[in-house]
Amino acid sequence: MFGLQNPTKFLKFAKLVGPWLAGSTILLIGSGLWFGLFNSPADYQQGETVRIMYIHVPSAWMGMFAYSVMAIASAIALVWKHPVADHLARGSAPLGAAFTLICLVSGALWGKPMWGTWWVWDARLTSMLILFFLYLGYMALAGAFDDPERGAKASAILAVVGWINVPIIKFSVDWWNTLHQPASVTKTAMPSIDPAMLLPLLLMGVGFTTFYATLLLWRVRAEILATRIRNIRLAQIHAEGA
Amino acid sequence: MTPRKKRRLMMLLAGLVFLGGAAALVLTAFQDNIVFFHSPTDLKTKQVGAKQRLRIGGLVEDGSVKKDESGKTIHFKVTDLTNSVDVSFTGILPDLFREGQGVVAEGHFANGLFTATDVLAKHDENYMPPEVAEALKKSGQWKDGSGKAGKEPNK
Repeated sequence: MFGLQNPTKFLKFAKLVGPWLAGSTILLIGSGLWFGLFNSPADYQQGETVRIMYIHVPSAWMGMFAYSVMAIASAIALVWKHPVADHLARGSAPLGAAFTLICLVSGALWGKPMWGTWWVWDARLTSMLILFFLYLGYMALAGAFDDPERGAKASAILAVVGWINVPIIKFSVDWWNTLHQPASVTKTAMPSIDPAMLLPLLLMGVGFTTFYATLLLWRVRAEILATRIRNIRLAQIHAEGA
Repeated sequence: MTPRKKRRLMMLLAGLVFLGGAAALVLTAFQDNIVFFHSPTDLKTKQVGAKQRLRIGGLVEDGSVKKDESGKTIHFKVTDLTNSVDVSFTGILPDLFREGQGVVAEGHFANGLFTATDVLAKHDENYMPPEVAEALKKSGQWKDGSGKAGKEPNK
C-alpha cells in the first residue's frame, strides 16, 4: 500500500503527516470542547448531563475503530507478513483500550443520574465490556512470548477472531431490547439529534480520530526504531561471539 | 500474489465465515437470554413462573401513576401501546420517571400484579434543547408515547 509497508518509507510518512495531525487534533478537540461545554443547549430531558455525550460517544466510536484497525492490520500481517502492519496492530491496542475504558466510565457516570444505575448487563454494555477485555487479552498475549514474532502471530489471530464483536456492539441495540438507547447519528433518516448538539459531537468525533492517528503514528515510529535497535544489538552479539 | 499468500488469505477468509456463522447461531440460540427486558405483549405468550424474576419494559401509561396512602408505594401501568401490565414499586424512582417515559422494571409476578424491586428509566435516541421540544409539542409533531400536545408531564 503506497510503499508504506516499508519501515523506512513509513518513518518518512510519519514525520511528514504527524505534525498536521497533531495540529488539527488541538483545533478540533479545542473547538469541540468549547461548543460542547459552553456553547450548546442543555437537553430537554437530561439537562446539562447531556454534555457527557461529547466525550462518551466519540470514545465509543474510537474504541471500535481502533479495534477494526488492529484487526485489519493483523490480517495483513498474517497474510502478507508486512512488518509495519504488525507494529500498527500492536500500537493500536493500548489506544483502543484507553478509549473503551473512557467510554465505559463516562457511560456509568451518565447512567447513574439518567437510568438510575451505574451498570446493567444489557447487550450493548456487556459487548462493550467484552471489547475492553479483548484489548487486555490481546496485549497480554502479544507480550507473553520471548520471541516477539510468535507473540505477534498468536495475538494477530486473537485480534481477527475478536473482530466479530464489533458488529455485535454496533447492532446490539437493534437486535435486542437493551436499556441503552439506539443510534442517533447514523440513522438512515435525519439524525435525531439537534444540529446545535450534533456540531460539537462531530467536532469531537473527528478530533478523537486525528488524536488517535497522531498517537498511533508515534507508537509505530517508536516500535520500528526499537526493532532496529534490537537487530543491531543482536548483530553485535553475533559479531562478538564469532 | 504468491500461492502461499493466497492460501493464507483463503484460510483467513474461510475462518471468518465459519466464525461469523457460529456467532450468529449462538446469539440466535441465546436470544431469549440476551434481551434485557420483555414487553407486555411478549408476556402474553410467555410462561412465567410465580417466583421467576424478570424485567419488563415499555412506556408508563398516561394517567396510570397512583401513590398509595402511605406515599411509599407507587402503582403504574407499563404499556407497549397494545397490552399493559400493572406494576407496583416501593422505593426511589429515577428522575426521568414520568408518564409517557420509557422504563424497565425488574421484579416478579404475584397474582397478576408485577412487584418491582428496581425501576430504571430508559432514555430514547432523541436529543434536543427544551425550546425545540416545546415547539414540537405545540405544532403537534411530537411523536413518542407521551403523545398528545400540551399534556402535563405529571398530574
